Amino acid sequence: MAKMTLADLRALRDAKKVDIKKRATEGKEGRVIIGMGTCGIASGAKVVLDEFLTQLDKYGITNISVTQTGCMGLCSVEPTIEVIVPDMPDIIYGNVDKATVETIVKEHIIGNKLVNDHIIDRPASDIMSDDGDK
Amino acid sequence: MHRYLTDYILDITQNSFEASSTNVVLKIDEEDRYFSFFISDDGSGMSQEVLSKVLDPYYTNGIKHKSRKVGLGLSFLVQTIKDTGGTFDIKSKIGEGTVVMSSFDLCNIDTPPIGDIPTTLLALISSPQAKNFSIERNIKTKLGNSSYQLARSELIDVLGDLNNSSSLFMLREYLRSQEDSLVEYYVDRKLIY
Ligand SMILES: Nc1ncnc2c1ncn2[C@@H]1O[C@H](COP(=O)(O)OP(=O)(O)O)[C@@H](O)[C@H]1O
Ligand SMILES: [Mg+2]
Repeated sequence: MAKMTLADLRALRDAKKVDIKKRATEGKEGRVIIGMGTCGIASGAKVVLDEFLTQLDKYGITNISVTQTGCMGLCSVEPTIEVIVPDMPDIIYGNVDKATVETIVKEHIIGNKLVNDHIIDRPASDIMSDDGDK
Repeated sequence: MHRYLTDYILDITQNSFEASSTNVVLKIDEEDRYFSFFISDDGSGMSQEVLSKVLDPYYTNGIKHKSRKVGLGLSFLVQTIKDTGGTFDIKSKIGEGTVVMSSFDLCNIDTPPIGDIPTTLLALISSPQAKNFSIERNIKTKLGNSSYQLARSELIDVLGDLNNSSSLFMLREYLRSQEDSLVEYYVDRKLIY
């Protein structure tokens, strides 16, 4: 691929916008929050971020926001993510790797089903960061 | 320890965002056998006392991690630099800001691999704490030299918010195409230098 200019990026965005409108009725608003503190980074949080973008695009999901947070106090089970979608409880998943990301997109975000073997108990409130629990 | 040099870039640049900086500049320079990064911010800065403690793995500011009193980012970096024959420098002044400079020797067999530059830059540009953030990436090898520049404000101007997964997907395409334009200058250092 040739080196994109900002004008190319703008054109890509405009093309996608039309695309998004076409299927605006599908899917649901939601959020994925990825723990990107030192422990998260060390255990592969960047790969998780990268894979979420790939998988959400693959399944044509465009209305999930993907954001980052610092240390959630769960260093031993990093990478951790929180998934917030309608009709489902807010869930923190731990030990998330590339393969788990696709499972979470397919089962939790699309299928409204919990991915049981990665659910982490919410940390006690005294160790949550001020905005870490949204 | 981190697995990739880009993990250090992500971690240390986040410190600048977390220090309430308005302006952060990241420079990534790959020149011959060295891979270096410079991060400067105009955030809170550190006192000499904190600065002397920061390189100790058992120091954090007591705010970021409520469950542990242990920071890790800078001490990871310094340890890896020591183990691999690189160089490190940090300068900081309270109320003015901080500059961190690191250089890794890519010919040292213990130096971690560089890792994924586009995803690292994507994570930084879309960080909720980033404000004015600019990036300069240079490469210079026996095969030639090239570079690209990025400004967070320009990318927001084009893409709107940087939280939405489809905006981030497009941002990733853009960042990958920038890095791909440097690939012709990539060399295997251990063979050439
Ligand atoms: N760019 C910076 N500006 C101001 N303070 C900083 C900066 N980088 C690091 N610090 C201080 O050094 C401490 C240790 O940093 P670090 O080793 O990365 O651990 P952590 O960020 O997890 O606390 C931070 O908590 C912060 O007080
Ligand atoms: Mg840090």
